[in-house]
Amino acid sequence: MTTPSGPRRRLVPAYLATQGRTAAAGRHSLDRLSILHAAADLPAGLGGEHRQLWELVRPGALTVAEAAAHLRLPVSATVFIAADLAERGALKVRAPIPSAQPVNRDLAERLLSGLRALK
Amino acid sequence: MYLPATDPILMKLMVTGPFGVGKTTFVRSLSEIPTLHTEETMTAHGVPVDDISRTPGKTATTVAVDFGRLTLPAGDLVLYLFGTPGQRRFLPLWEDLARGALGALILADTRRLADAFDAMDLIEEAGLPYTVAVNRFPDTPPIELDKIRAALDLDPATPLIECDARERAGCLDALIALTEHVLDRLPQETAP
Ligand SMILES: Nc1nc2c(ncn2[C@@H]2O[C@H](COP(=O)(O)OP(=O)(O)O)[C@@H](O)[C@H]2O)c(=O)[nH]1
Ligand SMILES: [Mg+2]
Repeated sequence: MTTPSGPRRRLVPAYLATQGRTAAAGRHSLDRLSILHAAADLPAGLGGEHRQLWELVRPGALTVAEAAAHLRLPVSATVFIAADLAERGALKVRAPIPSAQPVNRDLAERLLSGLRALK
Repeated sequence: MYLPATDPILMKLMVTGPFGVGKTTFVRSLSEIPTLHTEETMTAHGVPVDDISRTPGKTATTVAVDFGRLTLPAGDLVLYLFGTPGQRRFLPLWEDLARGALGALILADTRRLADAFDAMDLIEEAGLPYTVAVNRFPDTPPIELDKIRAALDLDPATPLIECDARERAGCLDALIALTEHVLDRLPQETAP
C-alpha cells in the first residue's frame, strides 16, 4: 500500500455538512437503514419534498436509503427532511435493529439459516 | 415495494470490487425489489488539488450505490445488499455506507486480479470480515482457486469461491459463505 505524501487526505461525506442542522432537528439519529413510516397528518405549511417523503411512506414503511432513491434525493437531504418530519410527529422512525444490539451470533445465525432456506 | 408489516430486523452486507466486475448484476440477481440507486457525494475537504483535478469540473467525488433487498423466509429478517465500488480513496464514505454491515463480499475478475487489492485494502481498513468471489467471464482462463488465493495473498481463513453474478443460486451460495465466515469471526457467547 502506498503512503500518501503530505497531509492525510480526508474526504468528508456530504451529509456531515448538514450535521449541525440534522442534530438540531431532533433526537432521532438516522441511518441509511432507519425505517420511516408516516404516523400522523402532514403538518400544515409543509410542502415540497417534505410532502413527497411523507406521501411515499404513508402506505407502508421504507428505509431512508430506499426513500432517497425513490425521490431521487441525496441521502443527506432525505435524512434532514425525515428528521424534520419526525420532530413534528408526522413520521415514525425505527432503527434497523430495534434494541440497538450489536451484531451478535444470534442474528448472524438467523441470517445464515434464512439464506439457506432460500435455496 | 414496502417493508413487511412484521417489524423485521434489517441487516446489511456490502458487495464491492472494481468497476465492471458484476456488483450491480449480483445485487439484481438477489433483490426482491427493482434495484435502487443513489449517488453519494463526498465533498472535498483538504483534498490536494491534483486529486480534484482527476475529475475535471468537479470539486466533489460521487460514489454510486446500488442496493437491493431480500426478505428471508421467516419474514422477521430483511437483508440489504449495498453494491459500491471498492476504491481505497472512498474509505471515509465507504465506512459510512458500511456502518452496521456484517461483512463484505468482494467480487474479483481473474483477468485483472490486481484490481481486487484496492477493495481488500479498503475493507481491511474498515475492519469488516470478507469473502472473495471470483466472477467468471466468457474469456476467463480456467480458474485455479489455489493460485488465485496465493496471488491475492489471502488469509487462509478467508473464503474464496467462484460465482456467476447472473445466477441467483450461486449468488446465494456466496452470501452463505460470507455469513458463515462472519459467524466464525464473531466471539462465542458466554453462558450467563
Ligand atoms: N459472463 C459474465 N458476465 C457478467 C457476470 N457478472 C456481470 N457480468 C456482465 O459484466 C458487465 C458489468 O457488470 P456490472 O454488474 O454492471 O458491473 P459493476 O460495475 O461491478 O456493477 C455486465 O454487462 C454484466 O452483464 C458474470 O458473472 N459472468
Ligand atoms: Mg454497477
